Amino acid sequence: MDFQDFVFYSLASVAIIAALGVITLRNPVHSALFLVLVFVTSSGLWLLLEAEFLAIALVLVYVGAVMVLFLFVVMMLDINLDRLREGFWKWFPFGAILALIMTVEMGMVFMSKQFGSEVVKTPDAKLIDYSNTKELGLLIYTEYVYAFELAAVILLVAMIAAIAITLRYRTDKKSPDVSRQVAVSRDERLKIISMPAERKE
Amino acid sequence: MDSFQSLFEQLFGSEWGEPLFLFTKSLLLILAILIPLLLAVAYLTFAERKIIAYMQVRVGPNRVTFFSIPWLGGWGQPIADAVKAIMKEIIIPTGANKFLFLLAPVLAITPALAAWAVVPFSAELVLADINAALLYILAMTSLGVYGVIIAGWASNSKYAFLGAMRSAAQVISYELAMGFALVCVLMMSSSLNLGDIVAGQQGESFLNWYMIPLFPMFLVYFISGVAETNRLPFDVAEGESEIVAGFHVDYSGMAFTIFFLAEYANMILVATLTSIMFLGGWLPPVDIAPFNLIPGMAWLLLKVAVMLFFFLWFRATFPRYRYDQIMRLGWKVFIPITLIWIVLLGTVMQLPEATLQSFPLNLWF
Repeated sequence: MDFQDFVFYSLASVAIIAALGVITLRNPVHSALFLVLVFVTSSGLWLLLEAEFLAIALVLVYVGAVMVLFLFVVMMLDINLDRLREGFWKWFPFGAILALIMTVEMGMVFMSKQFGSEVVKTPDAKLIDYSNTKELGLLIYTEYVYAFELAAVILLVAMIAAIAITLRYRTDKKSPDVSRQVAVSRDERLKIISMPAERKE
Repeated sequence: MDSFQSLFEQLFGSEWGEPLFLFTKSLLLILAILIPLLLAVAYLTFAERKIIAYMQVRVGPNRVTFFSIPWLGGWGQPIADAVKAIMKEIIIPTGANKFLFLLAPVLAITPALAAWAVVPFSAELVLADINAALLYILAMTSLGVYGVIIAGWASNSKYAFLGAMRSAAQVISYELAMGFALVCVLMMSSSLNLGDIVAGQQGESFLNWYMIPLFPMFLVYFISGVAETNRLPFDVAEGESEIVAGFHVDYSGMAFTIFFLAEYANMILVATLTSIMFLGGWLPPVDIAPFNLIPGMAWLLLKVAVMLFFFLWFRATFPRYRYDQIMRLGWKVFIPITLIWIVLLGTVMQLPEATLQSFPLNLWF
């Protein structure tokens, strides 16, 4: 076992233990924090594969933004754990079948002739000035530009839809209208009148 | 260096010798960055108290000295504060989640210090010269908010929780504007490496610095940086007049001090990054005789000091923003400005060569 193996096994074991924690812990905040740990360790695994752009993007997007919002919501929930566990046995067969299907599918992918470790070779070590980010950018904006644009449009549609669903025009709102505040001029607020100076008797 | 490496290889075998040597070497280099950084943090607190005091026509701390030398009055204050904080008891409130309560300060300071790994101090002096440095910095600064929200939740206090919620929403909003401003920088330099970004600003004078063509982005980045570090006028996460002390209301002693250190380390980080990305880093303002003889690191430190002075100046000058105004500034002002500037910059970069050459100030493309 050399140093790389040591790093791989320590990251992988932490990731697996944390992933188990995500689904077994009772407190949803603890689960969310373990999910953060899973993301961080898997980004470490990607770094080990010299995929530094993906590794950092995982931390930036999932840990830095998505999970923060997730925690934000989870922390504000007042979760009744008894009610959550109520239907456990009723739904257990369904969940078990889903898990089985996923296991079989993953097994079919990893044990197949197309994706086995004999077929997919370890990529060659890259030169020191090889920039993962640049290569990825070139691919995304040339070969896969349509797929990329399509994904962007779908995300935009989802975002606008989410805003449109939750947007309510309230009439009893008391927040100030900033544009009117900025546009206010001196003449509306202040009146200078001329009057004779008062004299002390 | 080679003899040390062979020593390690003799001690731990050829397979483990090299990684362990690299590990020890990086550890020592990290210490060489962190110790001056923590000293700078300590004296930044002193500078803050002194500068704000003078702005408010007071004297500020002027008593604690070393070896009772009178003209060092005040310079011992940060050390005395640190000793006091170490001696104090860390109180853990009943009902608090003990593990997360103690983990939160660690999560606050780790990204604040980890981001320094890729910051270059001169053309050669950098701990980790990686290609994706700018992305790494963005990732690390986005992690800082975990310390705040976990502290707010684990304290089991309403004030702390409100502070944490405010901080989470604010940091996420300003991170977008910050990221877009940095997109402009990397479009100009076509590199994510901080050393290359400074090299891209090399020229005859300060007109080549990215501050000039990207002036609105410079403002957006710096103001977002102030918001990201929860400094005044954006410190609604603490907001002592509304929610006592916000997310760290239940912290005491060293646990509180760690939050304090993280805030100041983040301030120095934002000031350094602004200097590197917009103010030419270690480049002299004019590339002629007396200026370019001064070592580059002195220029970098000078620029960082000026940016830090702005932080303190803001604190002494501006009243705290109202929360809806903060959100408005982030979402409705900064993000549209950055988006427009990205499109504009892209258009200018795509102009035909002849048109670009006829630009009156053709320095940047």
